[in-house]
Amino acid sequence: MNTLLNKKKEPIDKLAAAAVGKSLGREALSRMLRSPVAITGGVITGLFVLLAIFAPLIAPKDPFARTLQGEVNLGRGIIPGAQPGFPLGVDDFGRDELSRLLVGAQNTLLVGVLATVIGVAIGIVIGGLAGAFGGWVDTVLMRLVDVMLSVPSLLLAISVAALFAKPSQWTVIIAVSMVGVPIFARLLRGSMLVQRNSDHVLAATSLGVKRGAIVFRHMLPNSLGPVIVQATLTLATAILEAAALSFLGLGDPDPNRAEWGIMLSKGAKQFLDVRPELAYYPAIAIIVVALGFTLLGESLREALDPKNRR
Amino acid sequence: MGWVLPRPPHARTSRAGTKGLQVLRFLVRRLLQAIPTLLVLSILIFAWLRSLPGGPAAALLGDKATPEKIASLNHTLGLDQPIIFQYFRFLGRALTGDFGNSLVSSQPVMSEIGTFLPATIELGISAMILAVLIGIPAGYISARFRNGPVDNVIILLTLVGVAVPVFFLGYMMQDLLAAPLGLPSQGRQAAGLDATAITNFAILDGVMTSEWDAVWDAIRHLILPAFALATIPLAVITRITRASVLDVMNEDFIRTANSKGLTQQVVRRRHVLRNGLLPVVTTIGLQTGALLGGAVLTERVFNFRGLGFLLAEGIERRDYPRLQALLLFGALVYVLVNMLVDVSYGIIDPRVRVR
Repeated sequence: MNTLLNKKKEPIDKLAAAAVGKSLGREALSRMLRSPVAITGGVITGLFVLLAIFAPLIAPKDPFARTLQGEVNLGRGIIPGAQPGFPLGVDDFGRDELSRLLVGAQNTLLVGVLATVIGVAIGIVIGGLAGAFGGWVDTVLMRLVDVMLSVPSLLLAISVAALFAKPSQWTVIIAVSMVGVPIFARLLRGSMLVQRNSDHVLAATSLGVKRGAIVFRHMLPNSLGPVIVQATLTLATAILEAAALSFLGLGDPDPNRAEWGIMLSKGAKQFLDVRPELAYYPAIAIIVVALGFTLLGESLREALDPKNRR
Repeated sequence: MGWVLPRPPHARTSRAGTKGLQVLRFLVRRLLQAIPTLLVLSILIFAWLRSLPGGPAAALLGDKATPEKIASLNHTLGLDQPIIFQYFRFLGRALTGDFGNSLVSSQPVMSEIGTFLPATIELGISAMILAVLIGIPAGYISARFRNGPVDNVIILLTLVGVAVPVFFLGYMMQDLLAAPLGLPSQGRQAAGLDATAITNFAILDGVMTSEWDAVWDAIRHLILPAFALATIPLAVITRITRASVLDVMNEDFIRTANSKGLTQQVVRRRHVLRNGLLPVVTTIGLQTGALLGGAVLTERVFNFRGLGFLLAEGIERRDYPRLQALLLFGALVYVLVNMLVDVSYGIIDPRVRVR
């Protein structure tokens, strides 16, 4: 596995080695506040999160009420567009599109965040064990991780999603989270290995601090910087991968579920000729939010990179 | 020992014979290193197969599953034997390419892959060529005019490029570009065209039989899906090229080259570009993964009948024999392509070989 996939690991390991150090965090923060890229990313992300949290309160209509179902005629290709009370028109079931997009923000954020959090959690366990113990534990766990890295990410998500007899929102979340696991595991292991040989761990060891305390109080907290950077970037890809799974028929089949990926794949697959807006709105929403997370993540990475320190 | 001058990265080994041997040894070493990975991968796929809904036999039989059929297939597959025997049987069958019959087409999965593979290779290579031909110059220009308006626009485009869902982009191209450009938006071949199929590589077949209208038709069918598939590798290659060229520009040997009076042109071409492209080669290998995943989406959108189309159809129909073979095949291709890239890296950059 030491072949080319080393190259996939290298940037991960580099990121892992980069953000070790103390005052770096504060310095990074001040640098981010001066960067327009970081501010743009932060504003987009912040708005999205606020929107998602308060969606049920803001939504002007019930997103599940099929109010205008009588006016929809798919056979003749009629889905009513914008009109008083329905600023963005309705979907194929006659439900208010604006309300569905707002509630969709909530579900999209949920899918993205849960998939990322699960990926981070499993990755931290694997990477933490490998980094804390080293030796054969490290070898075995990393070989497993390398194999996961050697499967193209969408194929990995597909193979996990295919394990479940009935697709649902949860199978999507689990499938997408697995893509992140090997990345987070390597990341954490990398920065923990750097710290094993660092002075503050040596100091703690010679003061007689127990091994568990060293790992949890000294090594782990100091290794989280790169994990946070990667998690921010993963939020963007997780939303995109969830949309791809929906498009391939591995998404939640419940017609009531309002989630941008599901709305987009349905709109793009079925209604592009009838009402392309049903694809455009969720597509724009996904692109803007994915861009926001990416901007934020990239500027975080740059801010934490010691090379940029002055 | 004192102060040793670092060897310039493009310095050649003096004797050609030694170099050939070096490359060969390097190649063999890399091949051997892939074996443990492939073994672990096979164990994972075996475990995956065992955990399919309803067990492997039910999954492989699909709708046709009855208790008797499941029991008899369990026996044929050796699923009533100890797990370790089962694994080795699976390994044996996988090595001989025996993955059973597709539930959709009732044909052996391996022969399906053989028929559909050329389409995906054609599409993937076209997309990669586009990504490299546009991405490297764009990244280089971006680096040269660092922080200028051109640079900012290029960076913004690369960021948007990875944020657009690939399948949505495909549909948009079909909807907005196909008609104005007069390009076909579905399939690999125009309906009435009587093209001779020899290898299933549409362009190659056309060239071999001198059916130039078929070659032109195949190229026209490739343009839109190849562009849709190329976006993500293109964005990544652009950014890597930019970053790497910027890195190289700060190197000491560039300052040396400049101060010894070489013209800007020579410095840029021979020193900056040559060294700056090394990481890009690696990226090309890694992006094969994105291509394999993207091909599933792109081929589905454009009804481009390749492996991705086969996989997408397999998912919709729950065709597990097909899924199993295609997923294993995809991982295998990814590992092998990356190994090839690694070897080529060793040929381009002599430092890698001696390490």
